[in-house]
Amino acid sequence: MKPIFMTYTKKDLINLAVCMVLSVLIIPTFIKTEYWYTSILIPWLCLALATIGQQIVMGYTGQLALGAAGFMAAGAFAMFNLILRVPDLGFVGSLIVSGLIAAAFGILFGLPSLKVRGIYLMVATLASQFFIIWMIDKFGWFKNYDSSGIITAQDIVILGKPFTTPLAMYFVCLAVTTILTLLAMNMARGSTGRNWMAVRDMDIAAESMGVSLLRTKVQAFAISAFYCGVAGALFAFCYLKSLEPVAFDIKLSFKILFMCILGGLGTINGAFIGAAFILLFPVLLNAIGNNVFHGAIDATIISSIEQVIFGLLMIIFMIYEPLGMAKLWENLKQSMRSKLSSSGIKGVKSPILKK
Amino acid sequence: MANELLFFMEVLVGGLLAGTMYSLVALGFVLIFKASATFNFSQGAMVFFSVLAFCGFMQDFNIPFVLAFILAAFLMVVVGLCTERLVLRPLMNASEDTVLMATIGLGYVLEGLAQAAWGVEVRRLDLGIGDFPVPWIADNLKLFISALDITAGLVAAIMIIGLFLLFKYTKIGLGLRAVADDAGAASSIGIPLKHIMLLVWSAAGVVALVAGMMWGARAGVQFALVDLALKALPVLIIGGFSSIPGAIIGGLIIGAVEKILEVYIGPFFGGAIEGWAPYVLAIFFLLYRPEGLFGEKIIRRV
Repeated sequence: MKPIFMTYTKKDLINLAVCMVLSVLIIPTFIKTEYWYTSILIPWLCLALATIGQQIVMGYTGQLALGAAGFMAAGAFAMFNLILRVPDLGFVGSLIVSGLIAAAFGILFGLPSLKVRGIYLMVATLASQFFIIWMIDKFGWFKNYDSSGIITAQDIVILGKPFTTPLAMYFVCLAVTTILTLLAMNMARGSTGRNWMAVRDMDIAAESMGVSLLRTKVQAFAISAFYCGVAGALFAFCYLKSLEPVAFDIKLSFKILFMCILGGLGTINGAFIGAAFILLFPVLLNAIGNNVFHGAIDATIISSIEQVIFGLLMIIFMIYEPLGMAKLWENLKQSMRSKLSSSGIKGVKSPILKK
Repeated sequence: MANELLFFMEVLVGGLLAGTMYSLVALGFVLIFKASATFNFSQGAMVFFSVLAFCGFMQDFNIPFVLAFILAAFLMVVVGLCTERLVLRPLMNASEDTVLMATIGLGYVLEGLAQAAWGVEVRRLDLGIGDFPVPWIADNLKLFISALDITAGLVAAIMIIGLFLLFKYTKIGLGLRAVADDAGAASSIGIPLKHIMLLVWSAAGVVALVAGMMWGARAGVQFALVDLALKALPVLIIGGFSSIPGAIIGGLIIGAVEKILEVYIGPFFGGAIEGWAPYVLAIFFLLYRPEGLFGEKIIRRV
């Protein structure tokens, strides 16, 4: 298909329009309960954004990194300090600058990727996770010398208007996520993304074909950390409404890793599917625990079961479909299409014939 | 001056002995990596799972110490068997990264199962060895060294000698080394690959149990053990992934450096730098000697 605008095809623009109608018109008209916004939609958008960051470095560039939560923390606390100390920057300006600060950390801790890969790189990125959290914890300046440990996030004010209701915050997250997602798609399809994938598939071969490893890898880490930083700032300001380093511990990094892998490595929509699954599944499990068993099962047991199921799914996906849920979705669409075309409905052709 | 030196010695020895505890965890990683070139990320979860099961047997069912140990070790053999059958065999031809992800999943399963079966609260584990300075050493050498540290050091030494003898002088050990060298060639000359893998995973399970008992006696049997076990990763990077002596030396280096940095440099930064210092040390090692002190050189071909 021919791209119409930048790298977007007609199909992409239709998809975008459908998503926009759904998220801007339909969801706000039909969903009125605050719970949906504060506990599901907002964290979903934030975590999906962070997962896109993880996708860029892991799914597209093939670098095993495990420090997304560290960069999120960097972004969140940078945001807090920027709003506190440089109020002239405004919300959007602070968001961009905090993303850039996270990106600087990304570059610093991405440098080992030039020498090592696989599990070795994972250990190097773990350093960033532990170091950033420690740094925020130990230097009071980052927390404005607040002794309680939990800082309330400032209210979001854009162009003089406050965005404090759940719905307004949802729109803030939605706008940021949409713009960054479109940018990520464009990057992934352009020369940037092709370089990333060349490095992923065989870095030595890519290098011998003139792809600069230094540039590509550092770029991927920087952009990934930028996405995580922005996601972390949104996560703290729209979802948690407070800032504490503990919220960004290694468990969150693992969670984002799971979203990325279960969703489908190397796909943007996989980030959204994975984040939705990891976020909604515990809600579902709790609902089953409360309604079917009427609370007869202890909450800690339910969270243990949830962990077991996530682990099992990880193993099952690795064995049967390493490309994750995005691939399953793709397969489903394919089989639907071929079924429709074989039953003779006009206008729908099998994708094989289309070539 | 003499006091300062004595204090330094105390920090150093304490660090070295604490390092053997990291070595014990790292040993489990090395065993599996040596035999199957698989990086088993779930080793930390195995530590947690095995020692929690051990505690559960002992405290919930009042099973005596030795029997509980045997039962927990047997449980780890079962875990090894299931892992080999259900996780590793289907992933025989998958890439290293895929297997690594699967072992992360396995870790999640083990952590969840352990907590579902034995609860989430911190358990105390009393091995009958106190975590306090040995009076004899304190009197004669003026060094305050914990009895538990010394025990951990001894246990580590015994296990390493045992594993060394197993690898070097038994037929199984010969098979193990053959499999590690080239699994395909080894199985084509009739070395039972399945049995070897089962044996390795069981051995790693028992090593995990012992490591967990040592850690549990010090810090309580709790979920934080999984995070502690992550510190075995820098140990492995320093020592090399496929070397048993490397795991020991790496553990000693991490233990000693971590303590010395914490005591002498930590106060300038507000302390608690041992949380990340080992990882940063590992990064420096990666930049200069990516294969570790004793590892085999990594050669990649296009």
